[in-house]
Amino acid sequence: MSTARAQGGGRWLGVYVVAYLVFLYLPVLLIPLFSFNNSIQAAFPLQGFTLQWYATLFGNSALTGALLNSLVIGAIAATGATLCGITVSYMDLYGRSPLAATISAIARLPILIPGVIVGISLLILINLIGLGPSRIAIVLGHILVALPTTVVIMRSRFAAIPKTIREAALDLGASDWTTFRRVMLPLSLPAIISAFMLAFLISFDEFIVVFFLAGTEPTLPLYIWSQLRFPKSLPTVMALGTSILAVSFIIAAAAEILRHRGLSATAPKPADPSQPKQTKRGELQWHST
Amino acid sequence: MSALVATSAPEVRSSQGFRFAMLLPGALVTFLLILFALGLVLFLAFRNNDGSLLGAGFTVANFVTVVSDPLYWTVTLRSLIIAALVTLATVVTAYPVAYYLAFHAGRRRGLLLFLVTLPFWTSYLLRVFAWKIVLAYNGVLNSALIESGIWSEPTLAFLNTPAAVVITLAHAYAPFAILPIYVALDTIPKSLIEAASDLGARPFTSFRRVVLPNSMPGVLAAALVVFVPTVGDYVTPALVGGPASTMIGTLIQAQFGKANDWPFGAALSVAVMLVILAVVLVARFADRRFGSRT
Repeated sequence: MSTARAQGGGRWLGVYVVAYLVFLYLPVLLIPLFSFNNSIQAAFPLQGFTLQWYATLFGNSALTGALLNSLVIGAIAATGATLCGITVSYMDLYGRSPLAATISAIARLPILIPGVIVGISLLILINLIGLGPSRIAIVLGHILVALPTTVVIMRSRFAAIPKTIREAALDLGASDWTTFRRVMLPLSLPAIISAFMLAFLISFDEFIVVFFLAGTEPTLPLYIWSQLRFPKSLPTVMALGTSILAVSFIIAAAAEILRHRGLSATAPKPADPSQPKQTKRGELQWHST
Repeated sequence: MSALVATSAPEVRSSQGFRFAMLLPGALVTFLLILFALGLVLFLAFRNNDGSLLGAGFTVANFVTVVSDPLYWTVTLRSLIIAALVTLATVVTAYPVAYYLAFHAGRRRGLLLFLVTLPFWTSYLLRVFAWKIVLAYNGVLNSALIESGIWSEPTLAFLNTPAAVVITLAHAYAPFAILPIYVALDTIPKSLIEAASDLGARPFTSFRRVVLPNSMPGVLAAALVVFVPTVGDYVTPALVGGPASTMIGTLIQAQFGKANDWPFGAALSVAVMLVILAVVLVARFADRRFGSRT
């Protein structure tokens, strides 16, 4: 009887979860809805289907500039954040030094600092070292904002690789560097790509910190912010927003799939410590998936 | 590990080079961009504003103003209340979702986890902007209410209120809260719950006495990751809040913008960090009381 009641409770909980998801997605999905609406106002009733707002996106040089800026900054910042995420979490797990553990702890600290304070602290720093608001400043800021994410992803990935694989490589005479490059990196490649993609997304969407660090060349979120003041450009912002949402959904979905695929390749088949050949098999396992 | 037992001199050197190269990027970013930059904020907070980058002289006048001017008390208190309401709303609404994910989702778990985390990776600015078009005078909510005959004319009452800030922030940070709670619930040993029901506890009793206390570390972690970014937010008050919901982040941003008083902005930032530190310590203390398993 109690299981029947638990299942009944589960059903009500299921209804709640569906309602929650509707609340989560509905406001965001209004942006695509009204981006196709043939009216300058986002209001009901809908006035008919149009693609004219998307047409205004093309040939807009300020928008194209901001998009290119965001893509370049996102790619560089994601590379930096992923590199830091890999090295920080690897040394945290295998470096066996208090310094490595401290760095790893500080690297996850930005979660506990409001974005506005990250922004102003970097603003002071970049002015002190003579850089000033610039694209390099934005890259530094975005490395910092994405760092906790890349560290957490890479740390859980490295931790999921059976310890015996690394030990086997070292026992067979591979140096630390060879072990890292030939064994640990290939085994964590899906997580590395996933971390890179998510870091790119964080940079691409980031507004709170970039607001303080941008010079004369805005990123896409800053461009949107500057357009929000003009009621007339509302539909264009919604068309642009819809495009950004679509790209974000695709990248986030791909990153998520990669992360789980990578985990299932080694984790459910723990290596047998008596067989040093496991390293090679581990590599092949990933390539074959 | 055993490879380290017999090592010749060049190998040790290459191993040290490896360690150095691996520690360098993280050390640069954490020590320069995080610790040194935060140190600069602290330093600047004790300086006079003379228009130069690092100010002049040493003073505590900035902090005296923060503490003595009622304006900053009002705004700080408002920020804390808004952040607390957002945190409460987010955690309370997220808990049942996390519970369902941990105990009832079955084969749908992967898909649901994906769906609740997906908004996390979409633009925060767009999520806030969505609420602006919902709540605006000639916006979605007003027009929908009129269209359906519930109201005869649009109302200004939605936008530019603290309530709009709370709703918007609660929605923007909703995905942050589910994962920590879910992880905490998922790691509760099933045998504990079975033992409770074997000993005659009714489902609600076993939830209240076993599941809830054991999931508290996750609830506290969720509360922190929602509270910290909301207490310093300046985007949402600017877009949907209006002048009646100025938050502390708005004031900090203004000091580094229009007001151009960086030392005072730094002092406000230090005050916010102290408030957050106090909240973290309370959370830590609560975590200990619930016997954290982490």
